[in-house]
Amino acid sequence: MSESLMPVTVKKLLFAFICIFFFSGYAVTGFASDIELNEAWKTLSTKNYNKKAHAIEVISQQNPPQTYPAFKAMLEGQLYFSRSGRQLFLMQESDDNYTFTPLFDIDGQPVTRENKRGFKKVRINNRLRTLIRKSLAIIQLQNKDADIRLAALDELLKNPQPESAELVRPIMEKEQDARVLAAMHTLLAIMKLDSDDEREQAEAIATLSESLNTSSINALSNYHAPNKQLDKKVKAAIKKINDKRELYAKAETVFFGLSLGSVLALSAIGLAITFGVMGIINMAHGELMMIGAYTTYVVQLLMPNHIGLSIVVAIPAAFIVSGLVGIAIERSVIRHLYGRPLETLLATFGVSLILQQAVRSIFSPLNRSVETPQWMSGAWHINEVLALTWNRFYIIIFCLIVFVALIMVMKKTALGLQVRAVSQNRKMARAMGVRSEWVDALTFGLGSGIAGLAGVALSLLTNVGPNLGQAYIIDSFMVVVFGGVGNLWGTLVAGMSLGVINKVLEPWAGAVLAKIIVLIFIILFIQKRPKGLFPQRGRAAED
Amino acid sequence: MTMMSIMKNDRPGLWLLAALLLASVMVPLLNLVVPQDSVFHLSTYTVTLLGKYLTYALLALAADLVWGYLGILSLGHGAFFALGGYAMGMYLMRQIGERGVYGDPVLPDFMVFLNWHELPWFWHGFDQFWFTALMIILVPGALAYVFGYLAFRSRVTGVYLSIITQAMTYALMLAFFRNEMGFGGNNGLTDFKDILGFDLRADSTRIGLFLASSIALAIAYVVSRYIVSSRLGLACVAIRDAESRSRFIGYRVENIKLWVFVFSAVIAGVAGALYVPQVGIINPGEFSPLNSIELIIWVAIGGRNTLYGAILGALLVNYAKTYFTAALPEIWLYALGALFVLVTLYLPRGIIGLRNLRGAKA
Repeated sequence: MSESLMPVTVKKLLFAFICIFFFSGYAVTGFASDIELNEAWKTLSTKNYNKKAHAIEVISQQNPPQTYPAFKAMLEGQLYFSRSGRQLFLMQESDDNYTFTPLFDIDGQPVTRENKRGFKKVRINNRLRTLIRKSLAIIQLQNKDADIRLAALDELLKNPQPESAELVRPIMEKEQDARVLAAMHTLLAIMKLDSDDEREQAEAIATLSESLNTSSINALSNYHAPNKQLDKKVKAAIKKINDKRELYAKAETVFFGLSLGSVLALSAIGLAITFGVMGIINMAHGELMMIGAYTTYVVQLLMPNHIGLSIVVAIPAAFIVSGLVGIAIERSVIRHLYGRPLETLLATFGVSLILQQAVRSIFSPLNRSVETPQWMSGAWHINEVLALTWNRFYIIIFCLIVFVALIMVMKKTALGLQVRAVSQNRKMARAMGVRSEWVDALTFGLGSGIAGLAGVALSLLTNVGPNLGQAYIIDSFMVVVFGGVGNLWGTLVAGMSLGVINKVLEPWAGAVLAKIIVLIFIILFIQKRPKGLFPQRGRAAED
Repeated sequence: MTMMSIMKNDRPGLWLLAALLLASVMVPLLNLVVPQDSVFHLSTYTVTLLGKYLTYALLALAADLVWGYLGILSLGHGAFFALGGYAMGMYLMRQIGERGVYGDPVLPDFMVFLNWHELPWFWHGFDQFWFTALMIILVPGALAYVFGYLAFRSRVTGVYLSIITQAMTYALMLAFFRNEMGFGGNNGLTDFKDILGFDLRADSTRIGLFLASSIALAIAYVVSRYIVSSRLGLACVAIRDAESRSRFIGYRVENIKLWVFVFSAVIAGVAGALYVPQVGIINPGEFSPLNSIELIIWVAIGGRNTLYGAILGALLVNYAKTYFTAALPEIWLYALGALFVLVTLYLPRGIIGLRNLRGAKA
């Protein structure tokens, strides 16, 4: 056995030698730079600043993965070395102890100490600090992620230096991302303001007036124009930037308002059907939304590995679950109470208490949270001022889709026709052969199902808990009443406008006061127009 | 009109007044005279609980007056109750004086905590009981007047009215939650020491508060009965059943509605003022729309449009609530919810309606 084994081992050894022979050129150079790099890291723990400066240059040229955290820590005075082994550590200070994490050995355990004995800080002076900043900027400016490049530029823009312009100029041609490129132009233009040539200054002002960055405003306001003409230009540029920023800020407020309005409209649309079309004051509407939200939560529990897909699955699931619960409520309670709206209020309030308690018994009274899928997180950066978060954006879209679908159902389908017939004249509709009971149940189911859809949207915005519905029920009623009972378009317009009003008021009144003002506004509005924004006209609307 | 002539046709009302009288005699006796180890001894805790129920009954009476006789389903009556409570709470806060945690002779603790140096203008005068008593009536009354004036003049009725009353109490709740409002924010007003110089923790004070609640309920009942059996009361019922027709006949519908609504709000305010010293705290939670809806349920369960039904409903539901929340806390919301549904479905006239039903059959 051993004899037959030998030749194999020899062959393997030979092969290994050949490999080393062939790749030695590469291996040796790699080895040499490794040594240099190691030396450089070691040098950081010495006292000679000139040597340290050289070491920093060496490290930033090779740019191993540790460079960024190490340099950053060094700037903040958090890079330490052990007195015994001269190993580098990242120090983190918490309330009463210090944690030292080894820079290199990833598996090495962090050491937690009450004092810093045995460790010494890597000291730097101003020259090194500038050098490190520059190296950091270079490293970040070469990052593949455009957001990181942009962040680095923002950092440079906060304190524009001629050196930073030098960093940017050579890499500008390769830059693909429009936002990064714009920031680069801004940086160069700020530098140009300092040049002696007036024509260049004028050019720089023109470039800066196109940017939205606060540093452009700072640079322009610090700039002393040599003549009146340029002074005029500078003032115009500052005004232009400020106007643009204000415009975008307003656009953002409107966007936030629309997204809040979509949530309001979404939660009110279902109510517009049950309350507006059928004349039922459904106090359990909020709880039907809650059921939709819990359905989303359960769907996510069932498919933990497909969070992104789970939301898509949850939409029909929530519609069906809430719709079925709604039909059950209609069949068991509401059908006995048609024509007595105030009584439906009391009975459905009882139903809402039962549903809340049921959820408490099944899921516990604690809040649950639904995970936001990847494709909904993050934001759409339109420019430096305006960033639209995806989840809000999708909610607006979702609201509009639900609304359009509902309008189509009401206007184009046989069910919609029958619903409208029954709501306008029940007896006549029955005489024409409409099964009014069946239509009632389906209509209520439809309104409840839409409440469930609103619940899916809400689950992504807030925690899912037994009180979720209560928080929205009053707002939903306000929206329906404000828009005009029985008018779906009115509900949409009312929801959107209340959302926007709320968000416009918020900056100067605060969130709570804004809400109070909106409520008072609605109370007063109802006095002026007791039937809402878009009252129903015609004989059917009369009491 | 003497009291007897008012109550002449109201046998259940007479029973109610007799029961209140009996309670007013027996409760102090059982609490103060009967020795503590006796089976018949009534603990001070129970006395306070009974006193609290009576204030709820007063509130239910106020709600029934507008809902049962005017058809105004107010989902914001809790707001008037809470405002009366806050007025009383402010008086009790001022009575604490230097005994607060921070020992400031004028400023209540929470103001010292918020670094305020002066009493806000609306807190002045609340160290006087007569002023407080006036405010207990005026503040809820004024809110009801302004709100009612706007709403009834614009002919906001039915569901719309219910929803804007709910919006009113909701807005007030949000407002009182704010620290800047100067009413103690989230925590509300609490840590009361004494009322009119009597120690709030003393048994005798508790008995006094119970008696005050009982007397207030009796007076409010008689006055309400007088109103509903007068010509005004008949006009109210006419408005409830056919508003437009009453208007065409020549009644000033909005004025009638307005004054009964204001009166009802004042009763609710008084109920709140009696409630606060007994439970020892008032916070913005009292404004929550949920409370106002629950109050409507008391009236519905007891039987609306009778006055005594509302009182019966308030007492029964709250007794059940106390019992269930202690014995079977998970069951309570199921029970309350089921009660709402069953009563609206099968007892549109409430528990009182059961008796009438039997009477009609016999």
